[in-house]
Amino acid sequence: MLYKVLSLADALSQDFPLSKVMVDLRSLDGVDLDALGSIGAGAILRVDGDLASPLPMLHSLTMPEVVASGDVIRVHPSGQVNVLYRRGANANTLFATERCNSRCLMCSQPPHEEDDSWRIGEMIDLLQLIDHDLPVLGITGGEPCLLGEGLVEVLRAAKRYLPNTVLHILTNGRLFSDRAFVRSFDQAAGQVVWAVPVYSDNAIDHDYVVQADGAFNETLNGLHNLAERGHRVEIRCVLHRQTVHRLRELADFAYWNLPFAEHVALMGLEPMGYARSNRDVLWIDQLEYADTLNQAAAYLWRRGIAVSIYNIPLCVLPDQARPFARKSISDWKNVFAPECQGCTLQDSCCGFFRSAGDGWRSRGIQPVGLRAIA
Amino acid sequence: MTSEAGDFQVLDEATFASFARREPLIDKTTLRNLEAKHLLYKTSPETAVRLLATKLRTRKSFLRGGPSLHIFVVTLGCDHGCHYCQVSRRLHSGGRYDMSLETAAAAVDRLFDSPSPNLTVEFQGGEPLLAFPVIRHIVELIQARNVHEGRQIVFTITSTLHHLTDEILDFMRIHDFQVSTSLDGPRDLHDANRPLPGGGAHELTIEGIQRARQALGQGSVSALTTLTRRSLERPNEIVDEYVRLGFRSIFLRPLSPYGFAKKSERRLGYTVEDYLRFYRAALGYILEINRNGHLIEEAYAKILLSSILTPFPTTYVDLRSPVGSGFGTLVYNYDGGVYASDEGRMLKELGNDTLRVGSVTDAYQTLMRSPAMELLAASGLSETLPGCSDCAFVPYCGPDPAGSLSRHGDPVGHRAESEHCQRHTGLFEILFDHLANGDSATLEIFDNWVHGVPPVVKAAN
Ligand code: SF4
Ligand code: SF4
Repeated sequence: MLYKVLSLADALSQDFPLSKVMVDLRSLDGVDLDALGSIGAGAILRVDGDLASPLPMLHSLTMPEVVASGDVIRVHPSGQVNVLYRRGANANTLFATERCNSRCLMCSQPPHEEDDSWRIGEMIDLLQLIDHDLPVLGITGGEPCLLGEGLVEVLRAAKRYLPNTVLHILTNGRLFSDRAFVRSFDQAAGQVVWAVPVYSDNAIDHDYVVQADGAFNETLNGLHNLAERGHRVEIRCVLHRQTVHRLRELADFAYWNLPFAEHVALMGLEPMGYARSNRDVLWIDQLEYADTLNQAAAYLWRRGIAVSIYNIPLCVLPDQARPFARKSISDWKNVFAPECQGCTLQDSCCGFFRSAGDGWRSRGIQPVGLRAIA
Repeated sequence: MTSEAGDFQVLDEATFASFARREPLIDKTTLRNLEAKHLLYKTSPETAVRLLATKLRTRKSFLRGGPSLHIFVVTLGCDHGCHYCQVSRRLHSGGRYDMSLETAAAAVDRLFDSPSPNLTVEFQGGEPLLAFPVIRHIVELIQARNVHEGRQIVFTITSTLHHLTDEILDFMRIHDFQVSTSLDGPRDLHDANRPLPGGGAHELTIEGIQRARQALGQGSVSALTTLTRRSLERPNEIVDEYVRLGFRSIFLRPLSPYGFAKKSERRLGYTVEDYLRFYRAALGYILEINRNGHLIEEAYAKILLSSILTPFPTTYVDLRSPVGSGFGTLVYNYDGGVYASDEGRMLKELGNDTLRVGSVTDAYQTLMRSPAMELLAASGLSETLPGCSDCAFVPYCGPDPAGSLSRHGDPVGHRAESEHCQRHTGLFEILFDHLANGDSATLEIFDNWVHGVPPVVKAAN
C-alpha cells in the first residue's frame, strides 16, 4: 500500500484523496479516530501501538525520523516501510525498472533482467500522492523506455496529476530510434527533459563504453527523432578514462550535431556497481583531465549551451571551470576528506561520494584558501 | 577537407593523399576525427547522412523566409565626385533622380509582400539624405502598415553623413536607424578618394560620425572602407584610423568592379593578389591589436568565420548559396525598377538589364517568377556550378551571377577568370591557415568575433 503522510490540517485540506492519506498523529493527542475514519482517512501514524484504532495504524517505527509529513511511503504487509517520495528533498526520483538494453562499463546501478512491470502501476499511484508544486521529478532505471507503452501511461498520469512538474528522465535514448515509439510520447513534449548520455563523438568509443554494438547510431537517431517532435533534451557524459580523451571533440560534435540540446552535463564517475569492478579501465585522476574538461565546458558555454559539471571537487578544477560545477552529490550521499577542513569552498563543493573509498580520490585534493577565490 | 554541411578537418598532405587513394587510415585518431566530422563512415551511412541532412537544412534555413533585405535607392543625386563610385551618381540633380512618392508607396507594398518575418530596410543612393523627405515618407508608410503586420523591421542607411540636421537625427533616433558611412582611412587618403568641390570630406565625415553617435549611440554607427590602389600600401594606417575613432569593426572589402569603377579600373584598380597581400597584412595587424587588448573585428573575416565555425546560416546576403540576389535581397531603384541585387542595378546602368526582375508596380509573384529570377535560380546554386561543385570551400561560399554576367556575359562564368572566386579562395586560405596553425590567442579572437566577447561567468549556487 502507498500512503501520503500528512498532518491533520494538511489531510483535511483535501489536496489528496483521503483514503490514501496516513494522518501523522505522532505529536497530536486526543484526535477522534472514529471521526477520522468516518470522513474516510486511510490510516494513521502513531509513535506506539498502545491505542486501539478503527483505522489501519502504523507505529513503532525503528527510525521514526525517516518518515516526515508530506512524504509518500510504501508499507509492506510485513511491516517494512520504504520512503518513495520525500518532501523537500533536493532530488526525488521514480525508479522505473531494473532492466536495461545496455551494459555501460561504469553503471552505478547494474541492471537485472527480471519482470518488474508492477512498477508501472506503483509509479502511477505514487504520482497522485506527490506534492503538486514539486518543480522537478526524476525518473531513472535501468532503461525506462523498456516499459514501452507503460512509460507512456506513466507520463500521461504525470501530466494529469503534476502538470507543473518537469520530468527529468534518464534514458540511453536507443529505443527512440523508432519514430513510431517517439510519436507515442507526443503529449509529453515540453514537460519531459530526456537526459541522454553521449560518451563520444564516434561509434567505436561510444559503443565500447555502453557495451552495445550500434548503440551510438540508435542514440543519435533517437535524439534527432525527439528533437523533431519538439522534445527537450539534455546530453550527459560520464567522465572516465574511456571518455575524457575525446571530450573536447565531443563538445564540438554536440554543438554541430545536437545544437538543440538545452543542457550538457559533464559528470564525474560514481564509484558504484560496475564502476568498481571496472576500475582498471575507468580510473583516471581527475587532475589529468581537468584542463580538457575546462575547455569543453567553456567551448559549449560560449556557444550558448548551458553546461554543468557534476561530481568533481572544486579544488581539482581550474578557476574558470568552477562556476560550472554544481553541488551535485546529495547530502546523504556525500562526505568530505580530511583535507577539506578549513577549505573556503566547502559550502559550494560537491565533496565525495560516501561510497567511494580514498582510492577514488584525486591526488589534487587540497583546501582552497581565500586568495584563490578573490 | 570539408563535408557537404561545412564540417572541416585539416589533414597533413601524406594523410590526405592516402585518404584520397582510399587506403586504410592507420592513425586511429584521424579515423575518429573523420568519422565524427561525417567525412567517412564505416558501417552503414544512414546515421551520417541523416545528421548531414539536418546540418545542411540548418545551414540553408535562410531560404525559408524569402527576401529579407530590401534596398531602397531613394536618389541617385550625390555631391561627391568619387572616381571609383560604385553607383552611377548624378551631380546636383535637383531632384530629377529622386524616387517619387508613388514609386515609394508601391515599393513598400512589395516589401510587405515578402513573407519574411524579419525585414531590413536599407536606404541607399547616391547620397540618400539628399532625398530625406522620400525616406521619411517610406518609413512612415512602413511603420503605419506594420502596426498590423507585426514584422521585425530594422532600418539602415548608407550615407556620407554630410547632410545631417537635428531633424534628420531625431527622426533616425525615433526609428532606431543603423547608420553606415564610408571612411577610407586617414585624412589624406580619404580626401584623395573622395574629392568634394570644396575639399574636406574626411573632416565632414568625422563630424557626421560624432553627431550620429551622440544622437543614436555608439553601437548604431558603423563605417565601410573603400579600398583603392592607394589604400593597399597603407593597411596599418587605415586600421589605426578606425581604432583612433573608436570603431569596433572594420570591413576590408575590395573595390567592386561595377559602376564607374570599371571605367577607371586602370588608374584605381588592382589585382586580386594585390588585395590579398593587403588583406593578409591588415588582418595580421588587427589580430595584433586584439592580442594587445583592444577589441576590434574585421567584418569580412567575421562573416566567413561564422560560416566556417558554426553550423548556422549566414546572415550575409552577398555570399550564400542559393544566391542572395533576389532570394534574399530586392532592390527598388529610384525609377521604379526592381533588381535582384545592387550589382544588378549597376549592370543596368551599364546597359545590361538581365537582373532587372520587373517594376515596383508588378505583383510580387510576377517579380519572383520573372526571367531574371529563373536565371538566378538556374545559376545561383554554388554546389552545382562547374568549379564550385568540387571546391572544398563551397559550404561557406556563394555564386556571383552579376560578376559573371558583367565579365563573361553569362551568369555561370568561369572560375579561373573570376575575381570573386580568386578573392574568396584567397580569403579562405588565409583564414584556414590561421585555423590550422594559429596560436590559441588568435583562435580566441576568432571565437570572440563569431560568438561575441563572453561575459564573466557567474559563480554557481
Ligand atoms: S578541499 Fe574539499 S571542500 Fe575544498 S574544494 Fe577540495 S574537495 Fe571541495
Ligand atoms: S571559392 Fe571559388 S570555386 Fe570555391 S565555391 Fe567559391 S567561387 Fe566556387
